[in-house]
Amino acid sequence: MTTMTLSRRGLSFWAQLVFTLLVCALLMAPVAMSMLAGVTANYFVGIKSGLTLRWVEEVWRLYADTIFLSLRIAFACLGCTLLLGVPAAYALARRQGAVARAVEELLMMPVAVPGLATALALIVTYGGVGDLRRSWLFILIGHVLFTLPFMVRAVLAVMTSIDLKTLEEGAASLGAGFARRFFSVVLPNCRSGILAGSLMVLTLSVGEFNLTWLLHTPMTKTLPVGLADSYASLRIEIGSAYTLVFFIMIVPSLILLQWLARHDRSAP
Amino acid sequence: MSVTARLDPQSRDSLRLAALLAPTAALFAAFFLLPLARLFVIGGGGDEGWAVYATILTNRNHLDSLIATLLLSAGVTAVTLAVSTVAGLFLVRHRFPGHAILVAMLTFPLAFPGVVIGFMVIMMAGRQGLIGAITQALTGSKLVFAYSMTGLFLGYVYFSIPRVILTVMAAAEKLAPRLEEAARSLGASPWRVVADVILPALKPALLSAGAIAFATSMGAFGTAFTLATRINVLPMTIYTEFTLQANIATAAALSFLLGLITWAALALARSFAGSSVAAAG
Repeated sequence: MTTMTLSRRGLSFWAQLVFTLLVCALLMAPVAMSMLAGVTANYFVGIKSGLTLRWVEEVWRLYADTIFLSLRIAFACLGCTLLLGVPAAYALARRQGAVARAVEELLMMPVAVPGLATALALIVTYGGVGDLRRSWLFILIGHVLFTLPFMVRAVLAVMTSIDLKTLEEGAASLGAGFARRFFSVVLPNCRSGILAGSLMVLTLSVGEFNLTWLLHTPMTKTLPVGLADSYASLRIEIGSAYTLVFFIMIVPSLILLQWLARHDRSAP
Repeated sequence: MSVTARLDPQSRDSLRLAALLAPTAALFAAFFLLPLARLFVIGGGGDEGWAVYATILTNRNHLDSLIATLLLSAGVTAVTLAVSTVAGLFLVRHRFPGHAILVAMLTFPLAFPGVVIGFMVIMMAGRQGLIGAITQALTGSKLVFAYSMTGLFLGYVYFSIPRVILTVMAAAEKLAPRLEEAARSLGASPWRVVADVILPALKPALLSAGAIAFATSMGAFGTAFTLATRINVLPMTIYTEFTLQANIATAAALSFLLGLITWAALALARSFAGSSVAAAG
């Protein structure tokens, strides 16, 4: 009889391994193909047409400004979510009542409501206010709304897992005022949550499309907007090369995030 | 300063916490709650008045689009849960060489935006795609289905698998192995152990992961936009009403209702599962 124990690897083990590998192949095949297509001279002919960086250069020529704008928005968004989200998470961690839970629930709403709806709501409300519609700040507002819940949740998770109260009382008994306690006791103890939240915010902001597509203007095109543009109108090699650039941008933060998750699990 | 100095420490603390939350609350009220309320009002301010909110059921096109989106999302949720539960449980219960790399590859697409997912579908099932090349070599005719509802289905399953696998793995790691051993020592077959011990224990995680997959498939826009603007799902209907027809009231009403559906799906799952749930993309 087949069992699923570690010691005996029966038919069931191999069947599940093959299944899992097939799922992995389904996910990775198009990634590998698009990476390859991005550096292939002629995708229709295939790899024998030779490898080239021509398409990546083409992407840089056509879309460098979208890459810089996306980075600018992502880091501005990170600044905003740190300034807003960390104090908010602290307030929510200190208060465990029904009101705090309701506030937390409300703050998560921009993630639950589709970006398309949020973007339409922002346009009908603020589209006519001054030059906001044409400014990159309009996109930033959308990104802050969408990413703030991730920062709050990541920091809140760490804050509720450590004994914040005892730590603070200890510091207070030594005469530390609130500001001193917050910056030298609370923040250092939450750095893994702050780091995880920050990486999430950067990755999500760089890839955000649902909101951004409606919020952008011809002068404020972000990377995903440029991607949609290239997929629709340019040859497959350029779309692939552009996707390759996007992968290279998000991979470092993804690796760090996975490392953080493993690190957390192995910690007592 | 003199005001806070006179307060007792406890109310001073409350005041301080309120002050720390205030900027977030202000931003949230100004840029989310107010705009959503405005969206609701504008929805009712068109030619059809408040009746526009009923057209999602009475207008043939809107109803078709709603039903198609619901069916698509339900199908995506079912398939993703089945696939990810098998793979996720397997990865938690077995260690073998290459395990970490396999997990990393299975969760890599987590951060892909909808447009990139759409491009991945084109790479697989598009005109120059892998499936087309294979079927042409085997049967002589090219199978291309990227630019249709089937392609969208494939895209959403692709998008949801990494997220659900991670949730299943996190939940399965917390399962007590002793419960499983007890069931086995009482003579339960492997299938009975899975059906009676493991799946019930995973239920909260599966509920919340399923709700995320459902809500994302309902509200996502980028993948459909990349594949074909003719795919009749609710987000595309809203987009068409807004940009091509300039029918802002209808677009506003439909997106308000869509937001209500996805929010309700997630809130419902959260009340059953008790953990925080969120969609993305």
